[in-house]
Amino acid sequence: MKAIVCVKQVPDTSGKVAVNPDGTLDRASMATIINPDDKSAIEAALRLKDATGCKVVAVTMGPPPAEGMLRELIAMGADEGVLISGREFGGSDTFATSQIIAAGIKAIGFDAEDIIFCGRQAIDGDTAQVGPQIAEKLGLPQISYVADLKVEDGVVTCKRLLEDGYMTLQTKTPCLLTCVKELNDPRYMSVSGVVDCYSKPMTVLDYNALKDDPLIEVDTIGLKGSPTNILTSFTPPLKGAGTMFDGTDKETIPTVIAKLHAKHLI
Amino acid sequence: MSVFNNTDLAAFKNVWVFCEQRQGKLMPTDFELISEGRRLADELGVKLCGLLLGDKVEGLAAELAGYGADEIIVCDHPLLKDYTTDAYASVICQVVEELKPEVVLIGATNIGRDLGPRCAARLHTGLCADCTHLDVDVDIYKDFLREASTLPEARIATMNTAKVLGKDHDVSRDLKMTRPAFGGHLMASIICPRFRPAMATVRPGVMKKAAFDASRKFEIVKPNFTLAESDIAVKVLETVKAAKQLVDLTGAEIVVSVGRGISKDVDKGIALAQELADVLGGVLGGSRAVIDSGWLSADHQVGQTGKTVHPKIYIALGISGAIQHKAGMQDSECIIAVNKNDAAPIFEIADYGIVGDLFKVAPMMIEQFKAFKAEK
Repeated sequence: MKAIVCVKQVPDTSGKVAVNPDGTLDRASMATIINPDDKSAIEAALRLKDATGCKVVAVTMGPPPAEGMLRELIAMGADEGVLISGREFGGSDTFATSQIIAAGIKAIGFDAEDIIFCGRQAIDGDTAQVGPQIAEKLGLPQISYVADLKVEDGVVTCKRLLEDGYMTLQTKTPCLLTCVKELNDPRYMSVSGVVDCYSKPMTVLDYNALKDDPLIEVDTIGLKGSPTNILTSFTPPLKGAGTMFDGTDKETIPTVIAKLHAKHLI
Repeated sequence: MSVFNNTDLAAFKNVWVFCEQRQGKLMPTDFELISEGRRLADELGVKLCGLLLGDKVEGLAAELAGYGADEIIVCDHPLLKDYTTDAYASVICQVVEELKPEVVLIGATNIGRDLGPRCAARLHTGLCADCTHLDVDVDIYKDFLREASTLPEARIATMNTAKVLGKDHDVSRDLKMTRPAFGGHLMASIICPRFRPAMATVRPGVMKKAAFDASRKFEIVKPNFTLAESDIAVKVLETVKAAKQLVDLTGAEIVVSVGRGISKDVDKGIALAQELADVLGGVLGGSRAVIDSGWLSADHQVGQTGKTVHPKIYIALGISGAIQHKAGMQDSECIIAVNKNDAAPIFEIADYGIVGDLFKVAPMMIEQFKAFKAEK
């Protein structure tokens, strides 16, 4: 049995975000982190390892420095890292990305009892699309928004969050799950994990390693294989500055109320 | 590679809206999308069709038509009673391949965001996630950019064409799908120029619902499809509605939200905000920090990863105003912010900024609003 965890390295959008004059993101000036929902995915896989002794393989697609993140995941307890990386893969939208990652997972090999874990969505794109699209490309059942999980003899039972409650869903392995933060509290790297993380296997899958897979064609990956195109990106204008008041002034609240009333808001 | 949907794009016509129902009840976002879809269908000069899947759901069609649909495509089957990815994706893809819509809109609910990507991957087409603005007509789109972006006029003027694989592509018939990215720091307009249908999931609560017109005429279409128990690999064991009343932030006219500023006395901070909301007939919300700390449940969250609200009055108590939060509330008609820090970013978008301690200001607001209401 094996748990394959798909992880993305993302710019930390909760901190200072720098935007270039042309409206693109200045990634170079931003710190990178492991995508938060993906941490719930890795934790779910590590708990499965704790319970069953299964192997945990962390997979990412990204530029070569993303290997550092995979080492962090190994230090948390993953057994090996797989970096899917190549110039040919650049410019991929979610459709093309899922083609490539699905081909990468096929190269790793997945068996009847395996589970693929993804985070619900990444904080840079917020699409939540790559997980389900990988499942489609691999012909696997998917359960998204997983907030509770039980795995027993190849039967996977999940609590899937809805806005107004939840569904309890059941499927068999192999399957793909996308995890939300409610699922668990991710562990930290262990000291021995940090010491050992450079001695564990790290595989790089480039274009040549994947090109024989039928999913990988000139017009199914990268910019050429992406059905969507960016027409433009832009920053929204700042709203004009409003009126400032002193909270200790007794007249403040009556003045604000009078203004709201004058605007027919109350 | 040539697939069924990238050779003859002109064969694809009509705007479709996937109309999600849960337990036989339509979702509020269906009406928002039908209303928005009406405008897009008119800009394209095509029909607007609601796509309704379920078990004995034909009776819901008239309600959808009243908001602007010309046609309701009804797929009735006992196996479509509860949502499953496998059954719904299978039926939708069959019907799309058969009837060839040009645009498919899906509400970006937890179910819509499960279904959309699976269908787009199978159909080999583009899907834009969680859109907050849609256009077809280029002039209307340009006006939108003039108002909603900081792009220079010279750049906006070039929007009739886009470079697609190195060639100039006329975008006049493409759906322009605009969405926030990077936690709301950037907006991006996406097109799907080479494949049909162009697909979008649309954020609930953003599009405006049209007036209901019970006299609208509509047709019911019942396409052929096949579906068997063996097609469904994930079984639904149970569906549980949350026992407690979930807050309806997106439809609220007044929202009072709390942020990290309540940390010195969380219970009191929440009680004050709730009381203020009650006085105003509003709803209690919170920033991501408040939800992540477990002080309020996730259904209260306003922001990029929570709900988008556009109430008449938004009162932010002790919220610094991270971009993440602003993305979910900056289109409110009037924003009142209370914060101790006069440099808090929330003041950049507040109509009325009150510099002060929320534990002192909120009680004054409660008292004064009460007095105002009593006078009226």
